[in-house]
Amino acid sequence: MSASGHQRNRFLVQAGLSGLAVLILAWTLFPVYYMVLLSLTPTNDLFRPGLYIDNPTLKSYIYTMGQDNPFVRYFWRQLGTSLIVAIWTMATVMVIASLGSFAMARIHFRFRRFVSGLTLFTYIIPASFLSIPFFKMMADYDLLDTKLALVLAMVTFASPYALWVLSDYARTLPPEIEEAGAIDGAGALTTFFYLYLPLILPPLIAIGTYAFLYAWNEYLYALLLLTGEHNIPIPVAMGNFLTTDNAPWNLLMAVSTVYAIPPVILYYCFKRYLVSGLVSGAVVGT
Amino acid sequence: MPPFAFLVRTTREERMVRLLHNRTFHGFMFSAPLLALFGAFVIYPMAFGIYYALDRDSYRALFGDPTFRQTVWNTIWYVGVAVNVKLFLALLLSGILDYPYRWIRVLSALFLIPWAIPALPGILSFRWMLNSQWGIFNHLLTKFGLPSVPWLARHDTALGAIIVFHIWKYLPFWTIIFLAGRRAIPHELYEAAAIDGAQPVQNFRFVTFPLLRNLYLICTLLSMVFTLGDFTVPWLLAGGAPGDSTHVLATLAYRYTFHMGRLEWGMATFAVALPVTLFFIFLLLRWVKI
Repeated sequence: MSASGHQRNRFLVQAGLSGLAVLILAWTLFPVYYMVLLSLTPTNDLFRPGLYIDNPTLKSYIYTMGQDNPFVRYFWRQLGTSLIVAIWTMATVMVIASLGSFAMARIHFRFRRFVSGLTLFTYIIPASFLSIPFFKMMADYDLLDTKLALVLAMVTFASPYALWVLSDYARTLPPEIEEAGAIDGAGALTTFFYLYLPLILPPLIAIGTYAFLYAWNEYLYALLLLTGEHNIPIPVAMGNFLTTDNAPWNLLMAVSTVYAIPPVILYYCFKRYLVSGLVSGAVVGT
Repeated sequence: MPPFAFLVRTTREERMVRLLHNRTFHGFMFSAPLLALFGAFVIYPMAFGIYYALDRDSYRALFGDPTFRQTVWNTIWYVGVAVNVKLFLALLLSGILDYPYRWIRVLSALFLIPWAIPALPGILSFRWMLNSQWGIFNHLLTKFGLPSVPWLARHDTALGAIIVFHIWKYLPFWTIIFLAGRRAIPHELYEAAAIDGAQPVQNFRFVTFPLLRNLYLICTLLSMVFTLGDFTVPWLLAGGAPGDSTHVLATLAYRYTFHMGRLEWGMATFAVALPVTLFFIFLLLRWVKI
């Protein structure tokens, strides 16, 4: 092929790609754009749909922040519940997964296959399949309406993936860690705390983020385990908006936007780590 | 350790020392929190659920309930169509995002947004867009002289909306997985193909696809199992409406348990899907290395 033919080809590829890119972006961004648009719509214009608005207003955000509407009466409290549950989930998952990954990646013990099988099983089985027995169990232990119940559920379902990512990373570390520890006469615990933990810090922070987001985004278990306006986390409160006929949609979208911002920030910071675990597991596994 | 060491009488201290240096003991100690967690909150509820689900009368009741039969079909449609369309699109898109232009990187960053935001805001946005009176879709339809459609008040369009939302929300995630899979393919293979005069289509057919096939199968199975248990999207987008015709397994189990007070029916609803799920998990456990 001649040089100009090559150039023409490249140009055609670029042009085709740009066309596709516009389509993809429209598909991807429109619902998000519409959410933000609605959150800025004054209540009077809510029932005049359009692709843009003439009089954008921050009133919905102001009402939300000031809890100045029956629908957002407990906004800060509900946001706080979400935050507390997410932080406890994050901390617990980090502890459990770092200990577990040390066993899985660095100790060749006899029942390792069993532990990894159980982990993978928990990762794959849909969480909703266990929701009703889990609810019943928490009711029996009198833990309904406590944040502890939700944290336990979130830790259970966020741990397998966290363990997977961490063990995957830990396997790539050189065997000298244990050797160095053995020369110094360090026990397993010392090796874990002083030699292992500092080395796995980057992915540990990433899986902490993952666990935080898992709990922050959860709807089903939060709906089952927590009730009452001052007890529920923010997504359940948003879901409850829908049960009334005259839900103020601009307010709902303002809450949605506020609720969506922390995950977006965290996802973009830790994107690389959040995907790598599953990918390497699957790609290497084939 | 010398052979027949176990015949030598050991003191208490010696046994303690040996235990502390035992790898199996260490392995168990470090995975103890994990095992306790899975034992208490996965194995136990599961056994408990299966015990409840053993009641045969529940199944007679379920299969006699037209809503349940409709739900099984809905779930098959949802899982079958949404997952496969999504993964096929993800495979194609990952090819686009693999082009080495700078603006493609910007595009792929923006493309991640549906995955990054929680499901709920997206669902609510879709719900309002599909509103039959004040939604943007019907507004645009009527503007172009077309009749408006009661999207969420009709069984087929409501189920379609659930499927479309699922694709919108989860397409970016699987695209990234396939993108990483593509990047793991050694570049020499494409160079060799280029020497043989391969065109893009042939590249895909003879290099990319054979090497991505296993990943594609694993992703299909994983995504199918995840979607089989989905509650949030169908529940918040349609809530079973119109007339309990758009339930999937998880939402119907919720309705049986919490709206009708039939715990054992709820458990049985999931138990119906358990054989399929366990078969998929069995396949995955054989294919995926952890």
